Amino acid sequence: MLWNLLKAFVVGGAICTLGEVLVLKTKLTPARILVGYIVAGVLLSAVGLYAPLAEFAGAGATVPLTGFGHALTNGVKKAVQEIGFMGAFTGGLTATAAGIAAAVFFGALAALLFKPKAK
Amino acid sequence: MFDKNAKPSPQRQRQLDRYKQLVERLSPNSDMGKGLFRAYWVGGAICAFGQFLQEAGKMWLGMNNTAASTFCSTVLVLLTALLTGIGVWDKIGQYAGAGAFVPITGFANAMVSPAIEFRREGLVLGLGAKLFTIAGPVLVWGISTSVVVGIIYAIWPW
Amino acid sequence: MQGTIELRHRPRLCMGAAIAGKKEGEGPLGKGYDQIIEDDLFGEESWEKAECRFFYTAADTCIRKAGLTHQQVDVMLGGDLLNQITSASMAARELKIPFLGLYGACSTMAESLCIGAMLVDAGHVRTALCAASSHFCSAERQYRFPLEYGNQRTPTAQWTVTGSGASLLSSDERLPTIARCTHVTIGRVTDLGIADANNMGAAMAPAAADTLTRHFADTCRSPADYDLIITGDLGRVGHDILMELMKERGHPLIFERYMDCGLQVFSPEQDVHAGGSGCGCSAIVLNSHILARLKAGELQRVLFMATGALLSTTTCQQGETIPGIAHAIVLEGDASCSGTC
Repeated sequence: MLWNLLKAFVVGGAICTLGEVLVLKTKLTPARILVGYIVAGVLLSAVGLYAPLAEFAGAGATVPLTGFGHALTNGVKKAVQEIGFMGAFTGGLTATAAGIAAAVFFGALAALLFKPKAK
Repeated sequence: MFDKNAKPSPQRQRQLDRYKQLVERLSPNSDMGKGLFRAYWVGGAICAFGQFLQEAGKMWLGMNNTAASTFCSTVLVLLTALLTGIGVWDKIGQYAGAGAFVPITGFANAMVSPAIEFRREGLVLGLGAKLFTIAGPVLVWGISTSVVVGIIYAIWPW
Repeated sequence: MQGTIELRHRPRLCMGAAIAGKKEGEGPLGKGYDQIIEDDLFGEESWEKAECRFFYTAADTCIRKAGLTHQQVDVMLGGDLLNQITSASMAARELKIPFLGLYGACSTMAESLCIGAMLVDAGHVRTALCAASSHFCSAERQYRFPLEYGNQRTPTAQWTVTGSGASLLSSDERLPTIARCTHVTIGRVTDLGIADANNMGAAMAPAAADTLTRHFADTCRSPADYDLIITGDLGRVGHDILMELMKERGHPLIFERYMDCGLQVFSPEQDVHAGGSGCGCSAIVLNSHILARLKAGELQRVLFMATGALLSTTTCQQGETIPGIAHAIVLEGDASCSGTC
């Protein structure tokens, strides 16, 4: 298990550091970088490059936003295999439903419980 | 300025270029090494913690692979929502930059923070609508790209 | 002459008031403010209402310190950074003083003083109140991100000041006199192609240089004629650029006699990167620190010039560059006047 944690740390850290390079070296805003990351994840996964990385690094590859893209592609492919063409529309959200629903639900909950604080 | 094809006069262009150089010379740059180091260790730590959650789910809670990875992302999102709510996450974000916003924690913070901030404009048009202001584009482009991939895959499976 | 107007009757600046937030109160100039509000919400339900109350409190304090009532003020001029300058308008709703709302971004304090001084000088009004406000939290949510969003601030970014300042101008001789307004120079919108909203100092510095250059040409003066030249919120980057630009233009600023309110309002330990910004920045520094020094006779003649970045989130997203503006007003200590005129 320690070996798995180490792999996740090394790969996950590297993916994040690449994002920081974009922050510091370009004028890209975080929102644009995140969009770039998720699209890159979808495309890398579609051409089969992301699966080996996820296999190797586990959460190091699935927790960063590229992993979210990877999950979208996996879901779409699986759904197409199961229900055919319409799977292109159902698969992505089915596979990522938990993350999105959790963020929406906890976001709404937090907004009811907490107040914004000045810095 | 309203003539779209007009180029600035050579004199004006020189002035603009010179000013750009002056600004670049006098504006401090971010400390690259420090920024990258912070992003690396915080980002890595979040991913390692995610890995720990997955393993823990499998080992002690009897989850299969899918359930464990769902468990991992849900707990990370929950913790981020909590840290955002008590006003700690913005400090982590300022410290770690991409180390905090590239993992799914950043996605969660991008949904939770506007929900909290715009709650005062009401439950529907404040909280409800603004929840997606920052994270919305990620969903729009992520989902749209995946649909295109799915359509191509349905026609030519590889 | 272009833009510089000499005020023949040298209208008086009778009173100033500065209300500041907690962080500003902890800054190097904290002792000078009339009131420091520890609660960022100022007892209200939203940041916008809090900012409105800052504006109201500054205006009210200024009028009361001068020993007047709201009815005795003929006109109020002012504004803030929010859409449709709601803080100022809503405060004017409570003050019930005839109101001209102004938008000059962070140059609003100088803009209101310029117009107020001209109105009083021309004899159209007897007493004018000039005010401006900004609030870190309301500005963040409108221009940048929600407060709890974990974004990284760049080293050139500035920190919006929470606070409001007000000055009372009057031709009424029964009122005390802190300073006299002798010249105003109205700014030109100047844009040298900066599009980075995190580097406002660089966007505004050319406007400041333009106004200063025209002021010196119009008045046949040089930087040495002023005890202090004060810019509003150029911050670290803008400060250094302005020094450089004025050197190029043949009017090098004297380092010891040039200050930027954005660099004075916070100390470097307060983690504000390039310094303070916002309408409130120059408003609270002028109405506490600077007026106190003029009153004490430490300063005889100063040039107060607040700079503004005239952008909106919409123009920024559409890729427009950031136009800057700077308005200047010359203030002379009353003591110097009795000696020379």
